[in-house]
Amino acid sequence: MSDDGAALAGRLRGGDLTAAPAVLNLVENRSSARRPEIDALLRGVAPAALGGEAPGHVVGVTGPPGVGKSTLLSALVAAWRAAGRSVAVLAVDPSSKRSGGALLGDRARIVYDPEDTAVFIRSTAAGSRLGGLAPSTRAAAAALAAAFDVVVIETVGVGQSETEVAEVADTVAVVVQPGSGDALQFIKSGIMEVPDVLVVTKADLGQVALRTRRDLSAALRSLGERGTPVVAVSSIAPVQGVDELIAALDEHRAGLDVAARRLAARRAGALADVAAEHGEAGLRAVGGRRGAERLLAREDEGADVPTLVAALEAAAR
Amino acid sequence: MSHRLPEPDRPWMMRTYAGHSTAAMSNALYRGNLAKGQTGLSVAFDLPTQTGYDPDDPLAHGEVGKVGVPVAHLGDMRALMDGIPLGDMNTSMTINATAAWLLALYVVAAEEQNVEARSLQGTTQNDIVKEFLARGTYAFPPGPSMRLIADMIAYTVTEVPKWNPINICSYHLQEAGATPVQEIAYAMSNAIAVLDAVAERVPAERMGAVFSRISFFVNAGVRFVEEHAKLRAMGVLWEEIGRERYGIDDERALRFRYGVQVNSLGLTEQQPENNVQRIVLEALAVTLGRDARARAIQLPAWNEALGLPRPWDQQWSLRIQQVLAYETDLLEYPDLFEGSKVMDGLVAELLEGARAELAVVAEHGGAVEAVSYMKAALVDSHRDRIRRIESGELTVVGINRYTESEPSPLATGEDGGILTVDPGVEAEQRAALRAWREARDASAVDAALAELARVAGSDENIMGPTLACARAGVTTGEWARTLREAFGEYRAPTGVGEATAGVRGSGSVELDVVRDEVERVGEALGRTLKILVGKPGLDGHSNGAEQIAVRARDAGMDVVYDGIRLTPAQIAKSALDEGVHVIGLSILSGSHRELIPTVLEALAAAGVDAPVVVGGIIPDADVAPLKEAGVARIYTPKDFELTRIMRDIVALVAERNGIAAPA
Ligand code: B12
Ligand SMILES: Nc1nc2c(ncn2[C@@H]2O[C@H](COP(=O)(O)OP(=O)(O)OP(=O)(O)O)[C@@H](O)[C@H]2O)c(=O)[nH]1
Ligand SMILES: [Mg+2]
Repeated sequence: MSDDGAALAGRLRGGDLTAAPAVLNLVENRSSARRPEIDALLRGVAPAALGGEAPGHVVGVTGPPGVGKSTLLSALVAAWRAAGRSVAVLAVDPSSKRSGGALLGDRARIVYDPEDTAVFIRSTAAGSRLGGLAPSTRAAAAALAAAFDVVVIETVGVGQSETEVAEVADTVAVVVQPGSGDALQFIKSGIMEVPDVLVVTKADLGQVALRTRRDLSAALRSLGERGTPVVAVSSIAPVQGVDELIAALDEHRAGLDVAARRLAARRAGALADVAAEHGEAGLRAVGGRRGAERLLAREDEGADVPTLVAALEAAAR
Repeated sequence: MSHRLPEPDRPWMMRTYAGHSTAAMSNALYRGNLAKGQTGLSVAFDLPTQTGYDPDDPLAHGEVGKVGVPVAHLGDMRALMDGIPLGDMNTSMTINATAAWLLALYVVAAEEQNVEARSLQGTTQNDIVKEFLARGTYAFPPGPSMRLIADMIAYTVTEVPKWNPINICSYHLQEAGATPVQEIAYAMSNAIAVLDAVAERVPAERMGAVFSRISFFVNAGVRFVEEHAKLRAMGVLWEEIGRERYGIDDERALRFRYGVQVNSLGLTEQQPENNVQRIVLEALAVTLGRDARARAIQLPAWNEALGLPRPWDQQWSLRIQQVLAYETDLLEYPDLFEGSKVMDGLVAELLEGARAELAVVAEHGGAVEAVSYMKAALVDSHRDRIRRIESGELTVVGINRYTESEPSPLATGEDGGILTVDPGVEAEQRAALRAWREARDASAVDAALAELARVAGSDENIMGPTLACARAGVTTGEWARTLREAFGEYRAPTGVGEATAGVRGSGSVELDVVRDEVERVGEALGRTLKILVGKPGLDGHSNGAEQIAVRARDAGMDVVYDGIRLTPAQIAKSALDEGVHVIGLSILSGSHRELIPTVLEALAAAGVDAPVVVGGIIPDADVAPLKEAGVARIYTPKDFELTRIMRDIVALVAERNGIAAPA
């Protein structure tokens, strides 16, 4: 299949969902020979090419291991499809650092119709950045948001590692286990940035889920974060709370300055790319993270990621 | 006490696990086996019947009549038991998710022979936790599945009082890699979960009767002394659980009753005649000590790892039992191990381990809640077993020692030494089913199914409407579909994600070499070598796929493994979406000739051009046709060295992508 970046971008702009596998194969490619194609792809889905921000809703779903993220996605995918919305899922799996390989298990939890081309699921190993994003996730989300109605990124983490997905997603949902005090602790102590939506899973377990939901709401109120919705869901039959969750995600997105969030995402992405490519030494050459951020802020707001990366690299020289 | 019994014990029940093609052909097989001195029946159902699909369901394609007999309705059950007096027979049915249904068909077929339910004797396996853990023929989620079991037990205790409504199985756990301690602990935890579920549905005073009807189905491996100790340990624990947890004090009710199928996992494709010795020794493990002797035994055959046994192969195994029971003096003595320091020591050791593991399961909230934990633990144990065979730590004669062999004359016949089911059976069964549907009273069927749906959603016992469905001519698929609609469906955990990771430098040198090669090829590809391990069809044999997945991960690959029972369309979709470089399919249930080409077509239609390799029970005769259809490599049980398979796969990917071999 072609990995001509410009052509793939054209297919995405035309709403061709079947381009998704090839898009992922390209953005996941680490060889420098493919870099120009990836750049061409990203340019082709940048605001300048689209005439505005990519229309898809990029949703981050994050939470501790085993909390029920993938099962929740199964219920969400079903509900989104029932509403006629196309969905791409980017599942980022923490990989075994020791062997270098990874068992990618999220897909197994998501039930979908294999004949339905409006559902796309790609699992990717997080590589060495445990709990963070895979190196390709930012580019994949940016590209797929041009064609899919919803792009979901599943990552593992609670605490600081959410910030990576928050840099990419329009809306971040943090999923917590009923009865576990982790999220509460993190929110109170300020370790965890307040997410856009909080989800308590396994509501079928009854009281404990409701209590967790109440405690979280109270904690948010005490921080003056009244607006943050806390939704209790059960992802297994009888499914409950999913429509409410979708409404909360949609509402957040409706009130969002998408352009500002995407601008921040592109700048953060460029910074991450440079850091990955040239290391901390590379960043130091442009005055560290702060310096790089100042430099990026001077670039055009519509600038695509490859242009931003080039600007940083030029400044470092 | 004398060292002799006043009179020899009666032998255990002798069975042969059998069934294939059609009800009529299986009936003929059963009659033949009974004529040879078999004393009970053991019915093997095909996978569609076990998972609740009719022969004309798309999911049944390639599986009808293959590894067991198809029973789609009352007519099939009638034909299966035709001329066999059910009032005198003791029938064991290996049936789980659809156990309530098959029991109903059996009860109604007996009614038609004028045999009342009260006098029926036999066993329905009916153990769902081990289906989630090891066997794979589940249909409904854990909650409703446990309810069906509890309903059946509540029904049989009063209506079919001589029936064993459930066999708590540790057999399959050992076949999935369990250590003796895991086998004991998980089986006992499972029994507790079942008893607790029944306790909610029967009056307290009936729990004694319930407890006494619970029997076990266990395994015995070739380490036969320890295996015997394992059975004694299970007896001790069972009595303890009865007394302490359920307040039972009737000695008879507290007795640990079990049937056996001896170990098959250790039976080899190479030098298959050696399997006979293994089977004999394993049979000793379950008969030698009178205090822990099996009530019923069925033995695998010498050609276990080659394919399905023919009548002659099964006869050989039945004769093993008969020689043991009727020629030797085994049954003339009291318990041989009473007062044995070795035996007592082994029992104590196993009890200690089992109690600790029982506590871990209890901490998870019991067997149902601990399915993920136990599954991962089994995958890990099996991983260790394979590692020890590969390294030579664990000797398997003919595999990793004494491998030089004369050609075996056993498997050289025209049939390749195995039974092959006529693929025409599937079409025949579809036609027969159509005729059955046309001949029945459609409104009676609709009414019976509507009542089944109502009861499924209520708290009433499922057996009433299930019996009514059987009488109305409902089919297996219709019964199960109604319950799937009421209960939902479920996918069991795969256990592979939690398996201990292999660490560079600590495993074998060979594996490190493969890791380097995986890395090199990944660099050339631009991304980490990615493999999809797929299980098409209804086959629940997951061991091979799991171990391949874990080893591929340890070799540095990215691995997508979504568990058992996938359709060709699902596999093709995963392969496409995931952008894998190679696809590995695993089939052990004999449906490869139908299913592999279908998967290849689905892949081609999806535009996936990654190479496909296949593993499992693939008879020699099927290798060439599969390769012609486009399969790149084929692996069978004799390819026990997983690291070598990995090396092969990397080389295949390199070759297909034009990556030069390493210098
Ligand atoms: C263990 C076992 C079971 C266990 C399975 C546990 C589990 N979770 O896997 C239990 C007890 C549950 C079981 C049940 C049944 N079994 Co069984 N089982 C076996 C047995 C003894 C060993 C299989 C095994 O696990 N071997 C160990 C693994 C590691 O080896 P493997 O899978 O062969 O994999 C190796 C290669 O084949 C290859 N490979 C396999 N897959 C893949 C995939 C890839 C990508 C690659 C590269 C390589 C590869 O590499 C591996 C390394 O050596 C075989 C006989 C035998 N000795 O082989 C019968 C056997 C497969 N079972 C058989 C049958 C009939 C059944 C039942 C269907 C019976 C019934 N009617 O109910 C049931 C139902 C199971 C179901 N749901 O489908 C038959 C199949 C007959 C046929 N094909 O014609 C066999 C051959 C026994 C026989 N002779 O009758 N079984
Ligand atoms: N009772 C109940 N169990 C759930 C629910 N959602 C998920 N689970 C169970 O929780 C376990 C973990 O679910 P996953 O969806 O794999 O969790 P995850 O957060 O994606 O896990 P990782 O990707 O491994 O971090 C599984 O056993 C699910 O069946 C729910 O709503 N109710
Ligand atoms: Mg997940």
